[in-house]
Amino acid sequence: MTTTTLVPGRPRFGRGRLTLVWRPRLVAVDVALLVLVFLLVCLNVGQGDYPISVPDVAGAILGGGNEAEQFIVWNLRLPRSVVGLLVGAGFGMSGAIWQSITRNPLASPDLLGITAGAGAGAVAVIVFGSTAVLGTTIGVPAAAMAGGLLTGVAIYLLAWRRGIEGFRLVLIGVAVNGILIALTNWMLVIGEIWDAQEATVWLNGSLTGRDWGDALPAAIALGAIGTVALASTFQLSALKLGDDTARALGVRVQLSQAVLLIASVLLAAMCVTAAGPIGFIAFVAPQVALRIARTPGPPLLASALTGAALVVGSDYVARVLLPTELPVGIVTTAIGGPFLMYLIIRTNRRLSR
Amino acid sequence: MSSHQITAEDLVLAYGDRVVADGLTTEIPSGKVTTIIGPNGCGKSTFLRAVARLLKPRSGQVLLDGKAITSMRTREVAKVLGMLPQSPTAPEGLTVADLVAKGRHPHQSWLRQWSSDDETEVDAALRLTGMQELATRPVDELSGGQRQRAWISMALAQETDILLLDEPTTYLDLAHQVEVLDLVDKLHVDLGRTVVMVLHDLNLAVRYSDHLIVMREGRIVTSGSPDELITAELLRDVFGLDSQVLVDPVSGRPMIVPIGVRRSAPTVQH
Repeated sequence: MTTTTLVPGRPRFGRGRLTLVWRPRLVAVDVALLVLVFLLVCLNVGQGDYPISVPDVAGAILGGGNEAEQFIVWNLRLPRSVVGLLVGAGFGMSGAIWQSITRNPLASPDLLGITAGAGAGAVAVIVFGSTAVLGTTIGVPAAAMAGGLLTGVAIYLLAWRRGIEGFRLVLIGVAVNGILIALTNWMLVIGEIWDAQEATVWLNGSLTGRDWGDALPAAIALGAIGTVALASTFQLSALKLGDDTARALGVRVQLSQAVLLIASVLLAAMCVTAAGPIGFIAFVAPQVALRIARTPGPPLLASALTGAALVVGSDYVARVLLPTELPVGIVTTAIGGPFLMYLIIRTNRRLSR
Repeated sequence: MSSHQITAEDLVLAYGDRVVADGLTTEIPSGKVTTIIGPNGCGKSTFLRAVARLLKPRSGQVLLDGKAITSMRTREVAKVLGMLPQSPTAPEGLTVADLVAKGRHPHQSWLRQWSSDDETEVDAALRLTGMQELATRPVDELSGGQRQRAWISMALAQETDILLLDEPTTYLDLAHQVEVLDLVDKLHVDLGRTVVMVLHDLNLAVRYSDHLIVMREGRIVTSGSPDELITAELLRDVFGLDSQVLVDPVSGRPMIVPIGVRRSAPTVQH
């Protein structure tokens, strides 16, 4: 490993055609979060009617252990945690992209109504869709994607005045979010009681009964869209300086923004499809990640890992620590709500100082 | 010396349906400091944005070395022409060194994010603006003057022959305005860069510019050297300002003393 430092705080790593700034803190944070996510998955998987210790779960995941443990871990319990992990990572990354581009922590897909849009799309299919096959396997994911994309495009166009400004986007997003929640509630009221019940559990964000069939499409989507997003981090770092400066630096601002925002919306919609609109993860994870990594603006990978840790951890809380098992979304919302208040109070103090 | 040439040909600039500037034709002298002056709302910042290809003209074109700037790859333009927008803001917590390093963006790629050339240029830019000591400090914690120097460093690290500055002295006290403009002068004298800026303060514009472009109500009224241009008549016609134009005892250039309605006679000293 060769690093040299000429400019303070920016050691150079690599040589020739591959050179990066060596940021030890960010690397350490990413590694630590990866370990934490793995441990939380093991902890979560170990819980159940037949408890398994964390080391044994870890052994079984890595290919060891006896046949019974292998079966319980791989076939029965792991899919749920893996879906939680993927969904958390997707929400975290999606939020990090929105917050970076708009330079506003409140502009995350859950607060802007994008997840609500995906939710409304899905509920429409659950309530109005007649055939079970169409309703669940193709209809719900497609409707969630369409609802999320449509909402994303709508708020982008409504907020467009010679560019996107974070605060205006947030105000419009809050209004759109309200409208979509009202629409969803209306569908629940007029829908059949059992459809409404199914939709309500799902709307709270739940990992109950998730299997590998849920995990696979989520993994593929996260892999594909996440790669696009990570490849755009170089452009994203210039976009964080504002539209005019980024353009002056030779960034094709509208194109880069469009690619990143579409990737972000698709990620959020994919997560909603897999586990429902789990509240506040997209908003909280990037803000937690940037505070741990001490970076200006949310770091994408660390935000994804933080999101994964938050969802898997919340699932553990929801299943094990609380007296009755609750949907994971209720726990994340209980964490996210106070965090939102903290952030707003802190922002106000900064502005009035 | 700067070898790149900018000309504007019959530009019509508009925001939506509202035309803000019309018939702008001018040539920017290479290797000199040019300042666009004019009353509020005359379209001077809009003109600068069009020169920087941040605003697409409704008709007419900005030519960079004879080619329409909007037809060139934006990344290639960014290697020749840098622009500092009006009061830019850095993300919370971004350090001076990281900000200045962003100036290297047009020279970098996803794989080559921090080459030894980048290092050398950023180091040079920090030294030139006297910002090395503050390199690891967050930009948002600096004073107004220091912050502006950090942003100018970023534009310098971009290594462009032409540098556009939109009101680089806004919100600064007089001492820091002079400090920033001295730095601009250094760029032009020591490095031979072409500088085009928008300034509000007429006396500072006269002091620090080789060439002035005077605008009023979306049109270019006149352009030339400050010595020839600045007269009491011009100031009355363009700014509606009654004034006396004296000789600046420091620079020997014209100096504008405004005459208001009140307080325009010396008060008796007791």
